[in-house]
Amino acid sequence: MLTLNSITMEDQPVKPRRKSQFVIVARRLSQNSSAVIGFVVALLLALMAIFAPIIAPYPYQKQDLTHSRAAPSAQHIMGTDELGRDIFSRIVWGSRFSLSVGILAVLLGTAVGMVFGALAGYFGRVVDDIIMRFMDILQSIPGILLAITISVVLGPGLFNTLLALSFGGIPMACRLLRASILGIRHQEYLEAATSINASTTRIILKHVIPNTFSPLLVSSTMSIGNVIMMGAMLSFIGLGVQPPTPEWGSMISGGRGLIRTCPWMVTFPGLFIMLTVLALNLFGDGLRDALDPKLKK
Amino acid sequence: MGRYILKRLLQMIPVVLGVTILVFTILYFIPGDPVRLLLGAEPTPAQVEAKREAMGLNEPYLVRLGKYVEGIVLHFDFGKSWIYNTPVTSELLQRFPRTLTIAVICMLMQILIGTPLGIIAAVNRNKWGDRLSMFIAMFGISMPNFWIALMLVLLFSVKLGWLPPFGIGGLKYYILPCIANAFPGIATQARQTRSSMLEVIRSDYITTARAKGMSEFRILMKHALPNALLPIITVVGNGMGMLLAGTVVIEMIFGIPGIGWYLVGGIGNRDINVVQSSVIFLAIAFTMIMLLVDLAYAFIDPRVKAQFAGQKRRHHHAHA
Amino acid sequence: MMPNKSENFLSVKDLVVEYTAEGQVIHAVNGVSFTLERGKTFGLVGETGAGKTSTAKAIMRILPDPPAKIKHGEIFLDGEDLLKISENEMRKIRGFKVSMIFQDPMTALNPIMKVGEQIAEVIRLHNKISQREANEQAMKMLEKVGIPRDRFNEYPHQFSGGMKQRVVIAIALACSPELLLADEPTTALDVTIQAQVLEMINKLKVDFNTSMIMISHNLGVVAEVCDDIGVIYAGEIIELGSKEAIFDHPTHPYTLGLFKAVPHIDDEEDRLNPIAGLPPDPSNLPKGCYFSPRCPLVTDRCREGKIELKEIAPGHFCRCIVKIGEG
Repeated sequence: MLTLNSITMEDQPVKPRRKSQFVIVARRLSQNSSAVIGFVVALLLALMAIFAPIIAPYPYQKQDLTHSRAAPSAQHIMGTDELGRDIFSRIVWGSRFSLSVGILAVLLGTAVGMVFGALAGYFGRVVDDIIMRFMDILQSIPGILLAITISVVLGPGLFNTLLALSFGGIPMACRLLRASILGIRHQEYLEAATSINASTTRIILKHVIPNTFSPLLVSSTMSIGNVIMMGAMLSFIGLGVQPPTPEWGSMISGGRGLIRTCPWMVTFPGLFIMLTVLALNLFGDGLRDALDPKLKK
Repeated sequence: MGRYILKRLLQMIPVVLGVTILVFTILYFIPGDPVRLLLGAEPTPAQVEAKREAMGLNEPYLVRLGKYVEGIVLHFDFGKSWIYNTPVTSELLQRFPRTLTIAVICMLMQILIGTPLGIIAAVNRNKWGDRLSMFIAMFGISMPNFWIALMLVLLFSVKLGWLPPFGIGGLKYYILPCIANAFPGIATQARQTRSSMLEVIRSDYITTARAKGMSEFRILMKHALPNALLPIITVVGNGMGMLLAGTVVIEMIFGIPGIGWYLVGGIGNRDINVVQSSVIFLAIAFTMIMLLVDLAYAFIDPRVKAQFAGQKRRHHHAHA
Repeated sequence: MMPNKSENFLSVKDLVVEYTAEGQVIHAVNGVSFTLERGKTFGLVGETGAGKTSTAKAIMRILPDPPAKIKHGEIFLDGEDLLKISENEMRKIRGFKVSMIFQDPMTALNPIMKVGEQIAEVIRLHNKISQREANEQAMKMLEKVGIPRDRFNEYPHQFSGGMKQRVVIAIALACSPELLLADEPTTALDVTIQAQVLEMINKLKVDFNTSMIMISHNLGVVAEVCDDIGVIYAGEIIELGSKEAIFDHPTHPYTLGLFKAVPHIDDEEDRLNPIAGLPPDPSNLPKGCYFSPRCPLVTDRCREGKIELKEIAPGHFCRCIVKIGEG
């Protein structure tokens, strides 16, 4: 039916599609003050981790039994633990473990999840069913319990903890990628059946991955904070990373017995966990808002 | 409706089976030999072998798996603790009420405190009430629950001496554990409620309601809230899973003899049967809760109800 | 139909609506004025983004308040300026004296509430009757719009688009309003259903003697149901007159462009004749006449200063200096 819209609007010139989409998102992000704060803090923490040897005043395993259990002072700005080790140094060094475990575990889980999702979406039917059932089962076990189970088998240690924590991120990435592929697949079925193999792989690379990119990015960033907390929890109960390695969670666990006399042993590491997770969450929130203008204020 | 419940229950069974098999299989590969720990100092190879036979550890994977699964499914028997040789099932059943109590109280706190906070934040969008509560909520979801627990103990037990930091016995023993465990959940609930409300408030049917001449408050209560709370039900269900898992550390800190503490003890002792049975037990509990969530959804949302209650539909439209 | 007569049922004067988003100001409605007599239908015609819906929502004062603000204007309904009364008093008028039919029926109804209850709701809001009585009246309204009364207990998802729109119409007319704002009520519907729904609106309008503002971008619809027409472009009325005046003597270059672009079944056309260019950016309106960038008759004088709406024939107004011979 002829309407005013159809007769007054000329065809728009076709604009190049993903031109400076990154710039648009970056600009929106920069206008969100809490996201910027989160990003800056996260960056500072990352720098602290990278330059730990320079920033930390003492080596993290250096014991000084004459000054053990000391309250915060000019010499030890966050006090010392039961073996006289400087807590601030241990926190600075500990950031390496927490951050690397968090980021790498999420990366690994996402990558593996994407592979599963691609397989499920591409092959469909039986393969899809099996993979999805497996994901259902994985998701039926609360995250930390799954990490605990795997950790018990693998034992403590940085790499083992990383592995154990990565499983939790697999289902989400798998579902996201699979959904994208299924969306594309239906369109492709309409095309000629010939050469579908060649084009489908290209389609996956050119369309599916970019489409999944933003929700994956947001969910991954938010997961890092969660994974860091789970890592701390694992160390707290005796798995994960153990002393003398200065992981924040195990530091809290170690300080627990002395909470009445040396509260700083428990307070500061936890504060840093909170700071890290907070920064990542603020940034993740801002990222989500920037990538989806509909949800913006 | 009954048909739907039955259908979902049946769907649950393969998942529970899958979880059992998965957990058993993962723990099957535990390195080292727990039997040596059991027998104390310097056992002879013969003793070790005999013990292994007695515990059935020499049988092939499938047989062990089969016996374990059979025990759970047919007799609800999780076997015996490797270290103490006591029945695991009775321990689990005895400890579960305590774990559940904390989880339920925390859930109630989450719903009763978090939801109104979220609503107020959404309604006062971008004003100071919103910004402040979302700011606090941000902190809430960033703090590990065991750290909150210790901070609370520091403040309320050590410094102020108001509340006991350890054990069970009366209501006051549950206060700190519940607050600590619930804190992140309340924050999440507030955030999710707020974002759900914001989306709903922008809906066209809210404009329709305004055009009818309804007051903002009535629109909120009758139109906005019911629609906003629907997706929140899933959040609540997931949160329950987190709560159940979170009690692991909470029980450890507060000395509450629930499943969490049992699990941690089992880890320390390398008591594999305790570990796997506790994990599976909690996973089953979580699955049942998610089932209840699904049913609640089907009960409340007429669109879902129609799909499963066999109601005669004239036209099916994807809901906006 | 003169813009300033005070015996008119509805008189909109110089309405200005602005939206503020991300620091930018969007001028949605820029000084719209028109009147409406009792029992008549006024057609507000324009393309998407011209400001039609904003005008209607301004009359009902249901513009989304954070971004939108009524900056200026008067809306006299039965002698009372709706923009000056309190929110409480406005609520009594909404749904009762003035009501609205919305464009998208798919999202206009609460998905988890029975349709009958949604109709009964508006009845009970404005009448002190029991729930049972309200339900009964709601069922009667359902029948009036051609829906069997026993579908009272069904939910929106169980209805097709056209049926949902009928429910929306039932809600709008449940309290026999004196003024009905119909915002493109048939746009989202299938062509075959459009005629049905239009016919029903018209019939109900006659039954209830409702005055109506019909918003549309469809000239055919407007021709069928309207007595008077206002053509709106970039938030301004650029031509105003009776249906006959507009259809027989279209004057403004934009109006002319619209009519020229509609092909006639007898003519032999190879190509359609669209109006060149695009509507202006409402956050950055051109100086002078808003249509000047696209106007085939544009002169330099068109780009300077504000162009006023002038009467070119009794009851027929046009906002163009070239056409009125001042250029």
